[in-house]
Amino acid sequence: MKSKIIRYLLLIFLLALYGGAGCVQENSGAGASSGISSVSKSVPRHPPCDPVLFKSFKINNRIDEIVLDKLKENGVPPSETCTDAVFIRRVYLDTTGTLPSAETVRSFLSGTDPQKRRILIDKLLAQDEFADYWAMKWGDMLRIKAEFPSNLWPQAAQAYYRWVRESIRTNMPYDKFVRKLLCSSGSNFHMAPVNFYRAFQDRHPRQIAENVSLLFMGVRLNEQNYSEQQIMGMAAFFAKVAYKNTDEWKEEIVYFNPDAKMPDPKPAVPAAKAGELKASDAAKSGAQTAPIPPPPPLKPSTLDGKSFDIPAESDPRLVFTDWLTAPGNPWFAKNICNRIWFWLLGRGIIHEADDIRSSNPPWSPELLAFLEEELVKNKYNMRHVYRLILNSNTYQLSSKTMSLNSSDADGFSHYRIRRLDAEPLVDIICQVTSSSEKYSSNIPEPFTFLPDGIRAVAIADGSISSPFLELFGRPSRNTSYESERISVPSPLQSQHMLNSSHIQKKIQQCKFFQQLLADKKDNLKIIEELYLRILSRFPAESEKATAAAYLASPKRKPIESIHDVAWALINTKEFILKH
Amino acid sequence: MDFKIFDSPLTRRQALQCGLIGTAGILFSEMLPFRAFAAEPAAAAAIDLPPAFGKARAVIQIWLWGGPSHLDTFDPKPGAGQDYCGPYNKPIATNVDGIQICQMLPLLAKQADKYSLLRGMTHGNNGHETAAYLVQTGRKSTGGLVFPGIGAIVSYFKGYNGGYKGMLPPYITVTTPQGRFAESGFLGSAYKPFATGSDPNKEPFAVEGIISENISEMRQIERRALLGDFDSFARESAGNATVRALEKSQEQAYSMILGEARKAFILSEEKSEQRDLYGRSKFGQSCLVARRLVERGVPYVTINHGGWDTHKEHFSRMNKMLPELDKGLATLLKDLSDHGLLDNTIVWVGGEFGRTPKIDWDQPWNGGRGHYGKAFSHLVAGGGFKGGKIVGETDGKGENVSSRPVYPCDLLGSMMELLGIDPKAKLPHPQGRDIFVSPFAANEISAKESGGLLREIM
Repeated sequence: MKSKIIRYLLLIFLLALYGGAGCVQENSGAGASSGISSVSKSVPRHPPCDPVLFKSFKINNRIDEIVLDKLKENGVPPSETCTDAVFIRRVYLDTTGTLPSAETVRSFLSGTDPQKRRILIDKLLAQDEFADYWAMKWGDMLRIKAEFPSNLWPQAAQAYYRWVRESIRTNMPYDKFVRKLLCSSGSNFHMAPVNFYRAFQDRHPRQIAENVSLLFMGVRLNEQNYSEQQIMGMAAFFAKVAYKNTDEWKEEIVYFNPDAKMPDPKPAVPAAKAGELKASDAAKSGAQTAPIPPPPPLKPSTLDGKSFDIPAESDPRLVFTDWLTAPGNPWFAKNICNRIWFWLLGRGIIHEADDIRSSNPPWSPELLAFLEEELVKNKYNMRHVYRLILNSNTYQLSSKTMSLNSSDADGFSHYRIRRLDAEPLVDIICQVTSSSEKYSSNIPEPFTFLPDGIRAVAIADGSISSPFLELFGRPSRNTSYESERISVPSPLQSQHMLNSSHIQKKIQQCKFFQQLLADKKDNLKIIEELYLRILSRFPAESEKATAAAYLASPKRKPIESIHDVAWALINTKEFILKH
Repeated sequence: MDFKIFDSPLTRRQALQCGLIGTAGILFSEMLPFRAFAAEPAAAAAIDLPPAFGKARAVIQIWLWGGPSHLDTFDPKPGAGQDYCGPYNKPIATNVDGIQICQMLPLLAKQADKYSLLRGMTHGNNGHETAAYLVQTGRKSTGGLVFPGIGAIVSYFKGYNGGYKGMLPPYITVTTPQGRFAESGFLGSAYKPFATGSDPNKEPFAVEGIISENISEMRQIERRALLGDFDSFARESAGNATVRALEKSQEQAYSMILGEARKAFILSEEKSEQRDLYGRSKFGQSCLVARRLVERGVPYVTINHGGWDTHKEHFSRMNKMLPELDKGLATLLKDLSDHGLLDNTIVWVGGEFGRTPKIDWDQPWNGGRGHYGKAFSHLVAGGGFKGGKIVGETDGKGENVSSRPVYPCDLLGSMMELLGIDPKAKLPHPQGRDIFVSPFAANEISAKESGGLLREIM
């Protein structure tokens, strides 16, 4: 703490001395092979601001101490802690993708236990809805999808999903979870994690290595970041994964074949320069031949430069997984901690969350190191990391900014406002209108239709979809990149929310709204019910007055007025955005 | 305008996302009032673009999902006998000497001078998904990459980046999305087509999100005001980029809901006789919608016209579907021509493959045809394609391409050229890989898998 302040003052002094120029030391990339950067040196970007602005920041746990130091260092004051009403909505959506009921909101807001946020977090982490929501996230990453571009087929996709969901529900330690995915052998129906090796378009060891690096190391194993030698060294761990069919329709066995050879190198897309048109009617001249790549090393080697002599009868996948999951592996714990932080706070400590490399330094190396240490110390208990983050004041900050932190784009001085993901958005629309959706898949025949009432976050198979999910940017599960999910608002989405028969029917057919009218409650009571149900809070006085005037208007039928109020609340930014 | 930000591999993806509607869109929205949902192309994409080769400005793709039989449409084989022709053994002459088509298409026979038939279509794939992907991307499904279809590529180059300024989305599907084919591939959901939903043969054509069946304009305005009153959170967070992006999206949505552009979908503006000519069917009226959309500058319209996967009872289904196709398509070609739109609009008709030339008369098929990717037919017209020509030929039974094969990449490449899209232009890959418009640009296609661009009709 003291040394930080001294360093801080020293930097200010230096800045003054050099007129603010020339003293910033570039954090030079440590080279692709070493992979991970050392602690980066940051320089305050803002003039120091009033220390009072940092005083009100509550320290709930170690995360907050580290974040506060970093914010001070950057001269960016934190926002206030969010209200209970904002917190309950936020934490429900972030952990389960659902909304609290009106009753739950009422009792939480009136609760006086100073520990009530912690108690709520524990309750939510233990719910089945938590497993549903995070199984969806892992379904995206593992590309659980019956058909195209990879072919898991429906039955295996379902088995795979059930295994993933159950692993999350029972809080399987993360290292064990990854070991099962990477080291299993057997039938795609009976040993579900073997489907990991089936969800590939080409099933080439290189493609598998790229995906394993991305998922479990946060590393983009491509030509921009790594040499051909390094990539093929990683691929060699997966060269003996083999597949065979059985008499059962669409059953497939994944196994270790000691005699398998590395197939010819087949880069995902042949590298070529623009201009080498080779169509039969394109210019024949000037076509260059691509340089022949060096023969791939047969020795499996990891990205920290270790190479392994593996006896022919040993499965290299096991050797790799031992290396990957050993405490102290530079990528394994870092990757998952950074991802959990990204999932909950909308931005990775290293960002993008699946782009860990030396030239992409973390916002706070201390913060990431702390989370890693906690994960390993707690035997890879992922829920422990969720709990630490959710209980931190950093997570519980308001999304409202002040002039001094509104431009804090890469830090954590306030909660990030972001559009709800497609699946939870349609789920909470269904929740507040007591309606359900139809989900179906046209592939492969026979077509699949899910029973009514299933939530979008609980759809096992990425081939099963709806126009709403497509419109709101649900990932196609073609790749494992986090960026495949698009949660940016668009006019077409707004048209759908504001004026589609899909949303309008849900509101018009909602029994709950009809019941509100039938109960002949007074309008203020109706308004309060609608606010609690839809926005998870009590209405402000001015909002009550606006809504009451609308409900009292003789211009339309009373039920239409209720529908319009509900419609308007569902279309507020407060409803559509996480905040 | 400075787009340096796009050069950084760190922010390329963000920039793409933001450019669609996010921060960048907001920042520039003042300068570009109609372009809040426009993405600027990646920096490299627009450089060195040659002048438009052809005159095509728009594409109407009539997608015959399921794969129609080539023998029963554009490549009749009267000499092959009952087991191949079934009841359709008397092809009819057209208004072009030497061209005959199926007897079920008499109206199209009168328009043959406007279109060319690609009888040499081939790719050899018999799976719906993979063949649909192949036909609309020109690429095989491999390599861990999912390519965008031609509709998304046209939308990328000819939509808001390419000077299109309309309120109507630049890529529209009438009425449902293809489902089995993720149209936008790695370009992402922003380049997916807008699907109208509903049925243009019903009154009103309640285009999802645009035309509401039971909310009066007055009530729309009252509801909008109420929403504004309730949006206290948005007022408190007005400086936030995401809040502003959603605000902007809602404003844009209302310009559509309450504005002029939606009139493209109000078919009652057309003369009743004209609507009759198109056929009072979902397909016929969809063709009319397509004309009204390209008339308003929409660069890519897909009519997703399924039902061609006739494994069973093929001929009884064809007896119903072919007259609808005949009426709608023949009227569309004539109407486009009468409106002076055919010269700059490509009309492209076909499915993911053809159907087995030999008929399966046995139970349970009762006269059915299976999937057949080895040889099939497509139709192209307008936008620089000549009419009254035949490209490619199949053998006497329609089983093999006997001369001038046309692979999907040949057809798509020809369309791109007519549209003036540079085959060497880069597509914005989310992880910054070098991906080009044409599969030829990076030698993805071997010479055996190409018959060359359709020079003979361009």
